[in-house]
Amino acid sequence: MSEHHHKETFVTKYIFSQDHKMISKQFLITGIFMGIIGVFMSMLFRMQIAWPEKSFTIIEAFLGPHQTDGVMSPDMYLALVTIHGTIMVFFVLTAGLSGTFSNLLIPLQIGARDMASGFLNMISYWLFFISSILMVVSLFVEAGPASAGWTIYPPLSALPQAMSGSGLGMTLWLVSMAIFIASSLIGSLNYIVTIINLRTKGMKMTRMPLTMWAFFITAIIGVVSFPVLLSAALLLIFDRSFGTSFFLSDIFISGEVLHYQGGSPVLFEHLFWFLGHPEVYIVLLPALGITSEIIATNSRKPIFGYRAMIGSIIAIAFLSTIVWGHHMFISGMNPFLGSVFTFTTLLIAIPSAVKAFNYITTLWKGNLQLNPAMLFSIGLVSTFVTGGLTGLVLGDSALDINVHDTYFVVAHFHLVMGVSAIFGMFAGVYHWFPKMYGRMMNKTLGYWHFWITITAAYGVFFPMHFIGLAGLPRRYYTNTNFPLFDDLSDINVVITMFALLGGLAQLIFLANFFISIYRGQKAAQNPWRSNTLKWTTPVEHIHGNWPGKIPEVHRWAYDYSRVDEKGEYIHGEDFVLQTTPLKDGEEPT
Amino acid sequence: MLALFYIFIAVAIGVSFWQITRILNLRSVIATDDDNNTQGKLFLVFIAVFYALMIYCLIALNVVLLPESASIEGEHEDTLFDITYWIIGVVQFVMQFFIFYFPYKYRGKKENKALFYADSHKLEMIWTITPAAVLVVLISYGLWQWNNVMDLSDAEDPLIIEVYGKQFSWDVRYAGEDNALGRGNVNFIKGINTMGVDMTDLSAADDKQVTEIHLPKGRKVIFKFRSQDVLHSAYMPHFRAQMNCVPGMVTQFGFTPKFTTEEMRQNEEVIAKNLVINKIRKEKGEDPYEFDFLLLCNKICGASHYNMQMKIIVEEEETFNEWLAEQPTLAEVIK
Repeated sequence: MSEHHHKETFVTKYIFSQDHKMISKQFLITGIFMGIIGVFMSMLFRMQIAWPEKSFTIIEAFLGPHQTDGVMSPDMYLALVTIHGTIMVFFVLTAGLSGTFSNLLIPLQIGARDMASGFLNMISYWLFFISSILMVVSLFVEAGPASAGWTIYPPLSALPQAMSGSGLGMTLWLVSMAIFIASSLIGSLNYIVTIINLRTKGMKMTRMPLTMWAFFITAIIGVVSFPVLLSAALLLIFDRSFGTSFFLSDIFISGEVLHYQGGSPVLFEHLFWFLGHPEVYIVLLPALGITSEIIATNSRKPIFGYRAMIGSIIAIAFLSTIVWGHHMFISGMNPFLGSVFTFTTLLIAIPSAVKAFNYITTLWKGNLQLNPAMLFSIGLVSTFVTGGLTGLVLGDSALDINVHDTYFVVAHFHLVMGVSAIFGMFAGVYHWFPKMYGRMMNKTLGYWHFWITITAAYGVFFPMHFIGLAGLPRRYYTNTNFPLFDDLSDINVVITMFALLGGLAQLIFLANFFISIYRGQKAAQNPWRSNTLKWTTPVEHIHGNWPGKIPEVHRWAYDYSRVDEKGEYIHGEDFVLQTTPLKDGEEPT
Repeated sequence: MLALFYIFIAVAIGVSFWQITRILNLRSVIATDDDNNTQGKLFLVFIAVFYALMIYCLIALNVVLLPESASIEGEHEDTLFDITYWIIGVVQFVMQFFIFYFPYKYRGKKENKALFYADSHKLEMIWTITPAAVLVVLISYGLWQWNNVMDLSDAEDPLIIEVYGKQFSWDVRYAGEDNALGRGNVNFIKGINTMGVDMTDLSAADDKQVTEIHLPKGRKVIFKFRSQDVLHSAYMPHFRAQMNCVPGMVTQFGFTPKFTTEEMRQNEEVIAKNLVINKIRKEKGEDPYEFDFLLLCNKICGASHYNMQMKIIVEEEETFNEWLAEQPTLAEVIK
């Protein structure tokens, strides 16, 4: 296929590349860079929570005008919390996770030469890049970056009088997010079109790996819900800059009555959470898709309940768009709505439970190859269960009243979507590194990385449930004004220690990642002995993925360890590539 | 001392870098049977550590949790919480066991074969229907309780109190003799009329603005919430009560106080918790703390969000009535 070997310059190959494999690497590297910022911020504000009056050189060095003698200002504390949330949710776990692996895997796993539109794909990355730059730039604004919480509820986010971060910092945040949403929409549309149209011969929808189903459904909920956040952001920009009153009404601040009449902050909450909740699944489903593939491959077993898994992905996606109100039980909306949202929310427990049970059954009687990717996948199942279960408390409106906005919520969502999704991302990186760079990552460092990270994750977030149940509100700069919470200060110190440990442990990953790019062992073509189509491509990247014709697919992706009546592997090995034709008399699965 | 610390850190970083390069040179990339064996056993170790952590937290941290509900409506919430807590506790312990035990039990060996087991209609039905059945209970009880708390229409002779949030304090107004609040709006904020009460409204004259919330034990209280500037959330954790204060609208929440402040101070759970608190305060050389009900702000509202609180005092109805009678009406204060 010589027509796929254009003459490439440095710019078309590494910068304005339209090749999905290069774009996926660009997403990953940008995501990792943003992740470093986001995690570092969390380490700084955890230090403030644990040792509220202590002076730290590191805070003095990094926070410049926003600290006095090494103690951060309350405004800066809120800014760090806000930007940490924004970066981790959107820039790392949406673009970094979905952007990386959708781009890398969709064409390779369905048998396509590239995305449906390589040009739009390139645009999608560069919009993401611009929005990342804007978000980083906003950190250097004199009055500080956006600090109204990552949910940017107006009027706090709308009025510069209300807090210093609601000036230029907030404007940059909104513009950055608007561009980010454009990037995400373009990317998602591309994924959907590619999966629907460009599957190779024989790759029926019901033969696709679960990764593809997860990315496909994720892209759909992204397209459905992200535009609503865009509209909310635009209306907020109008309120801030052009004097409209979509979200504002009856406000007296800094000694004067403002002109806003008739708007409602609750409207903003509805618009925000209409994206905000599906966003949880936009973050989580790709991670679950990645682990489905990795757990099956490393268990040397088919994923248990393939159709049930697809069914639960679709059910979760559908339900996720009609549960946003559980973030607003006590927002002042009609209590009847609260009842409806309680009902739909708790229903999500059913497909989620099905998924968790199916993972466990997949492990059962497997021949488990405990590679680092597999460890992270098992870790994901664990944190997904731990975090998911407390959803039964938060989704129940009656119980939510008293734990709303406490550290219980922080513990819940960090475990169920933060840690789980980042574990999925790590698993994906360890597993598909050979497809990205043609080399392997070191496993010993991978093991160290996993064990320290999961210990730190549980060390941080398990005790955090209890300080939430003690009634401690989140987003408090310090708790020293409440003797009521004095007994929680030691727990907070322990949590911070684990947070610092967990943050530093990521250096192991970074070292392993960047050194392996240049010095890792050369990869074999199918190092994990996997079934999927992508392992039939050559190790060295070529534009167009396959030399010659795209192979035809004859079976699903999970024919691991199939044996005949005599107990021998049907195809001589414990895995069968999807491209292997059926033998005479072999039943298709 | 500090220099030594930095030298220590530098050495630690140097050593880890050296170790990392050494490990990287090992060029080991795919798990062997030895690795499966080691990692499988580590899973077993981890599950022991994890269970120890969970059990320690459940037992040792029990003392820091909120004491029993101080409102009658909150009793059912506590019961519902206990039921949910037990269910998720049991499920958590069982599922985590399998998640971490299977990697040990089925750790890969060259000679082993995995079982090709792709589907089982029966199992799928079991784990669809079981959670569904449990949810029926939780949802029904939850919705009943939600209705119980949020429906204020049938309250008999409730005490009406307005709570007004602003950066970064609370204003409170009692409805007075007629038990009706005068209209409030930001346009009327002027001087000492900090809550923006419309004094031309007839029901405003007997309203009473106070600096401390007093509640009568055993009488239903309905709070009306407003906000002057940004979103706030009135959080009264001991009463299992919370509602956002939203500029431009009035929100409400109601409960019936069950214990007076004095009674609550004699509560066993409160005493146990205070022992821990006062031990820590003593070490730091701070005054001992005595229990009080609190109203906190629980919605990010600006720089001093972390210090927006008000004391709540629950007392017997007679004492409460005496206290309220002593407070001046708005008509007396605002001429």
